[in-house]
Amino acid sequence: MSGLLTLDLLILAACAWLVTGLLGVFAGRATGFIAGLLFPLGAVIGIGVGLLGLNALGAPTQTAVLAIGLPDLPFHLRLDNLSAVFTLLLGFAGAGISIYAAGYFAKGDTPGLGPLCFEYHVFLGSMLMVLLADDAYAFMVAWECMALSSFFLVTTDHKHEEIRRAGFLYLLIAHIGAIAILLSFGVMTGGEGDYNFAAMRTVELTPTWTSAAFLLALAGFGAKAGLVPLHVWLPEAHPAAPSPVSAMMSGVMLKTAIYGLLRVSFDLLHTTIWWWGVVALVIGLLTAIFGVLYSTVQSDMKRLLAYSSIENIGLIAVAIGLTLIFHAYGMDALAALALTAVLYHCLAHAGFKSLLFLCTGSVLHATHERSLGKLGGLIHPMPWVAWLALAGIIAGAGLPPLSGFVSEWLLLQGFLFSPGLPHPWLNMVVPVAAALVVLVAALAGFAMVKFYGIIFLGQMREPALKDAHDAGPWERAGLVWLALITVLLGVLPSTVILRLDAATQQLLGAGLANTLQQQGWWMLAPISAERASYEPLIVLVSIAVTLLASRWLVRSLFHGRVRRSSPWDCGYHFEGPRAQDTAEGFSQPIRRIFEPMFRMQRHFPAARDKQPYYSVKVEDHFWYWCYLPIARLANWISAMIVALQGGRIAVYLMYSFITLLLLLLVARP
Amino acid sequence: MSFSGALAQLFAIALALVLAPLLSGWVGQCRAWLQSRTAPPLLLPYYMLRKLFEKDVVLAHNASSLFRAAPFVIFGCMLLACAIVPTLSTDLPFAPAADALALVGIFGLARIFIALAGMDVGTAFGSLGGRREMLVGFLAEPALLMVFFTLAMIAQSTSLATIVETLAHRELIIYPSLAFAGVAFTFVSLAENARVPVDNPATHLELTMIHEAMILEYTGRHLALIEWAASLKLYAYSCLGLALFFPWGIAPGDNILALAAAIPLLLLKLAIGGFLLAAIETVNAKMRIFRAPEFLGTAFMLAVLGLLVRLLLEVKV
Repeated sequence: MSGLLTLDLLILAACAWLVTGLLGVFAGRATGFIAGLLFPLGAVIGIGVGLLGLNALGAPTQTAVLAIGLPDLPFHLRLDNLSAVFTLLLGFAGAGISIYAAGYFAKGDTPGLGPLCFEYHVFLGSMLMVLLADDAYAFMVAWECMALSSFFLVTTDHKHEEIRRAGFLYLLIAHIGAIAILLSFGVMTGGEGDYNFAAMRTVELTPTWTSAAFLLALAGFGAKAGLVPLHVWLPEAHPAAPSPVSAMMSGVMLKTAIYGLLRVSFDLLHTTIWWWGVVALVIGLLTAIFGVLYSTVQSDMKRLLAYSSIENIGLIAVAIGLTLIFHAYGMDALAALALTAVLYHCLAHAGFKSLLFLCTGSVLHATHERSLGKLGGLIHPMPWVAWLALAGIIAGAGLPPLSGFVSEWLLLQGFLFSPGLPHPWLNMVVPVAAALVVLVAALAGFAMVKFYGIIFLGQMREPALKDAHDAGPWERAGLVWLALITVLLGVLPSTVILRLDAATQQLLGAGLANTLQQQGWWMLAPISAERASYEPLIVLVSIAVTLLASRWLVRSLFHGRVRRSSPWDCGYHFEGPRAQDTAEGFSQPIRRIFEPMFRMQRHFPAARDKQPYYSVKVEDHFWYWCYLPIARLANWISAMIVALQGGRIAVYLMYSFITLLLLLLVARP
Repeated sequence: MSFSGALAQLFAIALALVLAPLLSGWVGQCRAWLQSRTAPPLLLPYYMLRKLFEKDVVLAHNASSLFRAAPFVIFGCMLLACAIVPTLSTDLPFAPAADALALVGIFGLARIFIALAGMDVGTAFGSLGGRREMLVGFLAEPALLMVFFTLAMIAQSTSLATIVETLAHRELIIYPSLAFAGVAFTFVSLAENARVPVDNPATHLELTMIHEAMILEYTGRHLALIEWAASLKLYAYSCLGLALFFPWGIAPGDNILALAAAIPLLLLKLAIGGFLLAAIETVNAKMRIFRAPEFLGTAFMLAVLGLLVRLLLEVKV
């Protein structure tokens, strides 16, 4: 195979996605054709893209120049190991979501399926182009295509007022981010005017300008990824979009922002200053704590997952911060450990969060209900979705032996080395940050138990839920695919990290491969086996063996008799589904312990209320701290300007006259 | 992995299975003595297990497949945890499967399953118990991790075997950080094992239950497995505490003599530990559930103090 083939094939794949989308436009209302043929086709292309990404890992860098673009400003493309990691993620996660979408959209209750198919595939293609772009111009074009196509996808159901609002909020913050990214690229050209990434890598900047470029990139990509305080669009946009789109945005699109941040921090900027790492670490920790606390108190299942995505992005930012700190002090082996945690968590999150979002899609289709307070007991009518979601929540809670734990384990191992930092107070404070990371992980467990327990377990909270149906074959296939990714990433960390090693080698010049190759493929010991080791396959197999053996032993030594009866419940007889915890009730301890973190409006019933009711509404502090003051300021400025506009032509002519006079006075030669 | 290593591993697992109910029985007996009650027989937990295994399983109408699978998963997690903790020897083939961080994860996995099982039938007590268990979990886990961090910094490793070997072969001086970590670990173990200041394993008083509330609907062999798993957890935590803070006598390699000497020493240490646990449970009263954050917050602060003390005072720069 010739050297350039992989990149060429990837460009072809992007084109194929585009063509698939266009076919969707021409197919119009032919639901069966779009759902049954075009989405599976998109999934096949996705698998191809994933395999190409896998193939490109460790291969030499490939570049290409596309003939499209402005005159004298063609698109430069480049496929290196960092792009390959994220291409792999996009391809495999995207394939699972597309397979699922084939079943999800076949039901025909989505308005405008033809345009949706187009936007969906443009979204996929533009994300691929973002990963391949090698000049700021191509990058921004692809980035904007991605933002716009996802905006249209979010507003698929645009007849609802709140969905339109969510879409506009998303568009607004996406563009604030885009401006910051553009400015960052501008700084990185160093005034040379050459927007090629290759040229940016050679520009020498003063520390101030380098830091400015980094901070702008952090703000710009942070807006897309959902770092505090630019996270507000996530919990609005994710619930508004159809579930496969939420899965795609949360699982894949957020990772393109991480890709951009990594590209700028470790590739385009060739110096690293230690306090960048501290900034990223602190913002990441704030984001993670904020995200996980809010995810525990949500009562809408998709909002819960959206906040959980914020939390995971926060953890990734913490790992990036740690990488930057280690890298700045030249401790590249440790930086490689932390960077591996970043990449691994990106992959893991893409798998399990897409899986969970798709599960909410199946629940939504089966019950038409998003509010946790009206669900419950769905494991009975929907066993497939319930058991596959279990894999998602175990990974989401960061527990062994599934994927989420591997990256958290690597991250914590990284933290354990931070006392070696040659900095007086950094080596004190950073290990304590690890405690907060653990708190976040433990709270994520709380959120995941709430999510799963209230949706799938217990008694059905509404009688209509009895008619819920399990996911169809396409949907199941998509869910199984993503669950498989979650399990494989969980039990084969060493194999995966050996592939990822090419990317850490490229960015940091160090990797974990040498140590990992000395041990067996089943063992993950990034430094040495004496230092720390983890064998998830052994954990999984021994739990499974104990499970089967104890079941067999108990049945053969004693018996396997089962009787059914009413629940015992300490003898209380009149227990309907209302006696169970509601979504609000379940998170009451969190609201109580972390009360200052929330902005709550509560209503308690009085003692003599005829119809007592209790309600609690939790709102985001950041709306009141950041956004509403800005909105008020904008309103105030507009109100000032309104005073100038009387609506009479004579007045406007006078303004022109005065302006002219002033100009004549000021601009006199 | 040597043959004798595998043998030692199997022996450690078998010992855990046998000793765990005995430890629970012993704690119950000590408690009764301290409280001037007539003590139940030492073997009571075994009688209970046998009785439960022989009884029919009575499932609630609404119980799902997850409810039936959970006891086996929890039992598997706890047995794995017991296999990883160095009780008699540090040369265990299972030891590299999970270090201290992964051990916390395995306990977390069991926690998630028991909380979900509690929510499964859909009774008020079940979901109450599940919620409280997760509350205790997210408060205790960071503290436990900070304890392990302190120890890991002393041993320069998170592998339990290496930590225990380092701690056992150091000179006999008191590390202040270890003292802080030890107290924090005790607090966390009390909370994690549903012991008195946080929960009471002997009560079915409705509003104070945590652990018992989740397993109210379990009967027969399922309940037996859960009870057995709970005693395995107590055993694992006890052995962990003993191995980390009183590591003397644990055989470093597959030396049969040292192994043989380790057994009576372990029994003695467990007996003393069990008595102390009973004493703690006797002199304390169960606290309100919303005092638990203070209790575990204290544990967390102590663990962080231990870590900072380690970094400030003990590391030679």
